[in-house]
Amino acid sequence: MENKKTCLYDKHVALGALISPFGGFDMPIQYSNIVEEHNAVRTACGIFDVSHMGEVLITGPESEKFVNYIFTNDIAGAPDGKIYYGMMCHPTGGVVDDLLVYKMGDKRFFLVINASNIDKDVAWIMQHAAQFDVTVEHQSDKYGEVAVQGPKTEAIIEKVLGIPCSEMVFYTCKEIEYNGETIIISRTGYTGEDGFELYGSHTFTNEVWDKLLASGEVLPCGLGCRDTLRFEVGLPLYGDELSDEITPLEAGLGIFVKLEKDNFIGKEALAAQKAEGLKRKIVGIELYDKAIPRHGYDVEADGTVIGTVTTGYNSISTGKSVCMALISTEYSKLDTEVSVRIRKKVFPGKVTKKRFYDKNYKK
Amino acid sequence: MSTIIEGLFYAESHEYVKIDGEYGYVGITDYAQHELGNVVYVDMPDEGDEVEAGEDFGAVESVKAASDLISPVSGEVVEVNSALADSPELINSDPYANWIIKVKLSDPSEVENLMTAEAYKSHINE
Repeated sequence: MENKKTCLYDKHVALGALISPFGGFDMPIQYSNIVEEHNAVRTACGIFDVSHMGEVLITGPESEKFVNYIFTNDIAGAPDGKIYYGMMCHPTGGVVDDLLVYKMGDKRFFLVINASNIDKDVAWIMQHAAQFDVTVEHQSDKYGEVAVQGPKTEAIIEKVLGIPCSEMVFYTCKEIEYNGETIIISRTGYTGEDGFELYGSHTFTNEVWDKLLASGEVLPCGLGCRDTLRFEVGLPLYGDELSDEITPLEAGLGIFVKLEKDNFIGKEALAAQKAEGLKRKIVGIELYDKAIPRHGYDVEADGTVIGTVTTGYNSISTGKSVCMALISTEYSKLDTEVSVRIRKKVFPGKVTKKRFYDKNYKK
Repeated sequence: MSTIIEGLFYAESHEYVKIDGEYGYVGITDYAQHELGNVVYVDMPDEGDEVEAGEDFGAVESVKAASDLISPVSGEVVEVNSALADSPELINSDPYANWIIKVKLSDPSEVENLMTAEAYKSHINE
């Protein structure tokens, strides 16, 4: 099957981007240099085409009850404009997807899901929605999305796009009128830096892209550095740190699982897992050598395999070879000596925090 | 446009060997370093190791991926380019000056199985 293309695809080609498949889309991985793109987001401002992300709108009298039933975080009584991060779980506790829930207004919730899981998620949501008085609208084809990220983003959006955003608090959103259409802006991102994400029609998305690039103050950034940026600050990627088989508790995301709230899918299994104690969990590992631990490599200790690398890089911001890995809890204490098998050799290292670089959010 | 140097021999997997008497200097081509992007680590064999034509002897790692190094020739590794341990990015700036291993050739006729500059040029333009 041919990959889908976002509404900005032709622009990426014209910019000479390296294009690769991701989540069923042909996406720009890098434009010129992954290190420059990464550093632009850490120090100034970068723009990402994230139109591959999926969007689902849930409305209706029981929308809050329904979202709270499929979502691990608690959105009961959420004020308009607030955004929640959390997961949809299987009854086993494994993760269907991780997502953002935007409380747009009265009985109106906007869900942002991963491109690679769109079909699975929409089927999952539809299946469970049947028991509730709600309307589910799959809107992925309607919306384009750009993420504008980095410490200079707020000033650039206000100046170049004329959209007031300085008063917005982290993890909030608002709908505004822009050239005759209603668009969504949120103070969110996936880089560990301050930034905003903008959702609107394909026309709007193209206009925002063009204006921001024309300003000369924003660097186009590919999914390559999106991954190195999110990795350094310990944010999970579905397919690496989360999967149908890995629970949010094992991924260290327990604060987004509200076990005290009313019934939700996966609650029983997750409560039991918490009570029994975790057998494995995601940790950070720092190697003493510069060899790079990559997804799928074995983690070893005491001569046996104790787990697997989920994501690893030579961290661009720190220069260290580090990874996140799903390993046996027995070895998960900080500073425990573990090693990673890379090709034919075993490289020693130690367990660290899985945040390798501090976030710079504007609260 | 990738730089290709006359007089070197090239493998389909984008390594080159520069012959100097009974020795060969092995590295990756300009085309290969460009495709890889920022090189952040070079996994090299030890001096004294034997390498064999067509077999991997290490890897070049960019930010995103690891790429195996396949030796174009057989022989003993008599020297590794130790500058690459601290400055792997030298491969990006000049891949031909920054060879990876120096091999004492056990079978100099093996270069006949490799491509000339002209043949390699058509190979990467395919």
